[in-house]
Amino acid sequence: MSKSFKIALLGGVAAMAMTGAVHAQETTACLITKTDTNPFFVKMREGAVAAAEAAGINLQTYAGAIDGDVAGQIAAVETCIAAGASGILITPSDSRALAPVVTQAREAGILVIALDTPFEPADTADATFATDNFRAGELIGQWAAATMADPSEARIALLDLNASEVSVDYLRNNGFLQGFGIDIMDPTDIGDETDERIVGNDVTNGNEEGGRTAMENLLQLDSSINVVYTINEPAAAGAYEALRAFGLEDQALIVSVDGGCPGVQNVADGVIGATSMQFPLLMASLGIEAIAAFAADGSMPANSEGLDFFDTGVRLVTDQPVDGIESITSTEALELCWG
Amino acid sequence: MAGPSDKQGQDFEKALNQSDSAVAEFVRDRHGPLDRLQHVLHANPTLVPVIVLVAAVVIFGFVAGERFFTPFNLTLIMQQVTIIGILAAAQSLVIITAGIDLSVAAIMVLISVITGKLSIDLGVPTPIALLVGFACGAAAGYMNGWLVTRVKLPPFIVTLGTWNIFFALNLWLSGAQSIRSQDIDANAPMLKFFGENIAVGSARLTTGTILMIVIFIVLWYVLNKTAWGRHVYMIGDDKDAAELAGIQTDRTLRQVYVLAGFICALAAWASIGRVGSISPQSFYEGNLQSITAVVIGGISLFGGRGSILGALFGALIVGVFQSGLRLAGVDVLWQVFAIGWLIILAVAIDQWIRKVSA
Repeated sequence: MSKSFKIALLGGVAAMAMTGAVHAQETTACLITKTDTNPFFVKMREGAVAAAEAAGINLQTYAGAIDGDVAGQIAAVETCIAAGASGILITPSDSRALAPVVTQAREAGILVIALDTPFEPADTADATFATDNFRAGELIGQWAAATMADPSEARIALLDLNASEVSVDYLRNNGFLQGFGIDIMDPTDIGDETDERIVGNDVTNGNEEGGRTAMENLLQLDSSINVVYTINEPAAAGAYEALRAFGLEDQALIVSVDGGCPGVQNVADGVIGATSMQFPLLMASLGIEAIAAFAADGSMPANSEGLDFFDTGVRLVTDQPVDGIESITSTEALELCWG
Repeated sequence: MAGPSDKQGQDFEKALNQSDSAVAEFVRDRHGPLDRLQHVLHANPTLVPVIVLVAAVVIFGFVAGERFFTPFNLTLIMQQVTIIGILAAAQSLVIITAGIDLSVAAIMVLISVITGKLSIDLGVPTPIALLVGFACGAAAGYMNGWLVTRVKLPPFIVTLGTWNIFFALNLWLSGAQSIRSQDIDANAPMLKFFGENIAVGSARLTTGTILMIVIFIVLWYVLNKTAWGRHVYMIGDDKDAAELAGIQTDRTLRQVYVLAGFICALAAWASIGRVGSISPQSFYEGNLQSITAVVIGGISLFGGRGSILGALFGALIVGVFQSGLRLAGVDVLWQVFAIGWLIILAVAIDQWIRKVSA
């Protein structure tokens, strides 16, 4: 290490110590995301930073190294407790494993809000600000049913996440089916439906390669598939490639969930018929506002009516709007998309 | 010395009289059909995967019905295993040297992102972007080889490390965001060259599948018919002996890793054709899937034994199982379950074959 680099480093440490002293009187909030590379979390952090500046809150941000890095998130929560933060916003990498450290934080008088991913049970945290994934699925299901000439002639392919059937997976899948008008049987189970119109389910791992292979497999079961539900937009892009390779891209409607910019662009290009957009930026900014309110007068955030979390909203994005379902166009959505 | 009086000998030698006086010889105590099978398999390491592959195709032809046993579906399976197959070719080279390469898929995805960023975001002509990709793939392989031979770290540790390093670089470069198929079509259609279909009747081969087969044939020739190839096997069998025989083992090992990295770069090009988009999140488990193909293909994880063609058959066996179980309506988790047993069975058979006597 060169001498000048050492001096620069010392200078940096001193500067940081001084900033700490200046902000000592301020409210401190922490944002802990699963990773800092996924565009979804990048957008979330942008929202938090902007809201914290507006509210005059000192924001510290942390992230796990990869999705599933529980140890990294536990260390981050501990650091926030030690820093005397008023509130923590966290997207838990594991819905159960972080419960003990979160309880410790709440016992220290810190407001803990789960963003995007609920804890199990949800009341592990003081509040949850998330997308209503069932509603997100329901919207695209309703849209698909309304767009088809005759929904009773539907041949449906369901492209899910993976074999573990986590909550986001069954909520979106079953929301779609309910929206389309299919009896979903057990709302927490995927693939137990008996409706003849369903060709089958397959898993995609939420990426393009998995989406393509899964779509090929289902087309081999039935090449007349005309409605394709996908867990997210990368899987939808893969499904489209498979349909195109089979020469069937004009036969099927593809619907999806997320609202990432490449996904919205695919709506504009006619690859995806409709997608449900979620709002990571809003999750974070509402979270910061809740912490500011809590620090000021101790008021606690409330849940949305009939839900065990605060719904940060979903909007249907499509360029073929149908009557009775509120939607925005891909052009409008490109202003709002994340990533 | 041989006189009759010697029979008496000294007191402590009396026990010799009771000993067996027959001359020592090699005894072949068992000659059952199982032994002969063991010998045949020892001499022809690709026989097991070929038998399993043919049997699987026939059985699924009955179980999964006529949809499975069509030229269209059988060639679709080949398309589906193309990328893992090419990675398995790279993996085989390293495993034959008694090493392992956990970074193959990470190199591939990183190279696809580098090539895509250059040709689409930065407007570099596609052939140059591809050449840069090949160079980066070879460099990534060289990094593995250098760490293994110069820093003397075990291949498992080296490639576990570089797997993470390459994956992180991939996320950093791509921002975890895919490059869309439509943007590739508009700006650099050459990147999708290995996605082209070649229809023969109802069969659909892709140029990517042909690339995979060519890679295997070339590697088979190099490994079996050139001195360099025999050196690779010898290093895997016994590195010290190879060294004593005058082979520059470290240099050859580095060449193996560089070649593996280069093949990963070819896989990167082929993957863009297969997937359509450039997807930083795809193939996260590709390294393990390539090892699965190699192991099921009868290539010994202990090095020095097995034919590279086995890895191709191994990849096809996995593809046939997945397609067959899928068409028979079996749930995904049972497909995973079946592949797990295949791996254990393959290694158990390998261990049994290695015990062959003489």
